[in-house]
Amino acid sequence: MARVVVDVMLKPEILDPQGEAVVNALPRLGASGVESVRIGKRIEIEFAGDADLGAAREIADKLLANPVIENFTVRVEESAEQPA
Amino acid sequence: MTRVGVVTFPGSLDDADALRAVRLAGAEPVRLWHADRNLRQVDAVVLPGGFSYGDYLRAGAIARFAPVMAPLVAAARGGMPVLGICNGFQVLCEAHLLPGALTRNSHLHFRCRPQGLEVANNRTAWTNRYAVGDQVVIPVKNIDGRYTADVATLDALEAEGRVVARYVGGNPNGSLRDIAAITNEAGNVVGMMPHPEHAVEELTGASTDGLGVFTSVRNHLASVGARA
Repeated sequence: MARVVVDVMLKPEILDPQGEAVVNALPRLGASGVESVRIGKRIEIEFAGDADLGAAREIADKLLANPVIENFTVRVEESAEQPA
Repeated sequence: MTRVGVVTFPGSLDDADALRAVRLAGAEPVRLWHADRNLRQVDAVVLPGGFSYGDYLRAGAIARFAPVMAPLVAAARGGMPVLGICNGFQVLCEAHLLPGALTRNSHLHFRCRPQGLEVANNRTAWTNRYAVGDQVVIPVKNIDGRYTADVATLDALEAEGRVVARYVGGNPNGSLRDIAAITNEAGNVVGMMPHPEHAVEELTGASTDGLGVFTSVRNHLASVGARA
């Protein structure tokens, strides 16, 4: 199996009120110096065989992200398992 | 009799109210199911409010791929009147029948209240029974209702008169340029965040101002039929 990771983020010019709510909560943790927080989505796609980046890009473009408001990146995740 | 279909997706909430509004407007309501592969000879379609497919991923993102959407998109491109209310508006944007997107309310709160609107375009299939400048009260009921598009798209919508209604007396969700409803270039596809189907009877609504949306489509179809 091969895993492809798709990261979806709101475009920089799109308001992210959830990120703003997190920034506003940070002083309550005592965290300071944070200027901005933006919240996105990480989606993991498992392919039965080899990773198909082209297919993953199409899935991301047509369904996982809305290109009107979001950008996405697609990458193959190297296996974290130790070789036998 | 004019047949107006209302699509039920898994998670639709307002399909029964929309069917009732169609009946009160004097048209024949027709139930459509998300898995239908044809539109059962309807003359117009309403995509109702709710949380289709649980709003998973993004509101409307998965409903766009429902089987019923293929004939619906083709019919809409051919001029059939299509109205998306709330979640239906989100579906129409995801399906690229309307520009822009609906994002999380700027204040992060669900808003459910009667809302003042001003009609900005009465040349659409769904608003021809109103006058431009009419102020009406129709409920809003959403958390992902903030209309968003890039500046070029917003400018084009305004220049082409495609903003159908604006919020007045307070913007309930942070919508850009107070946009509550828009239309496509042809005026047959309209998306609106407020719920006209909840404002059709004195007993249950804040007003009866929403009924005109449903009588408008009857009027539109009658005039199209008379010309044909």
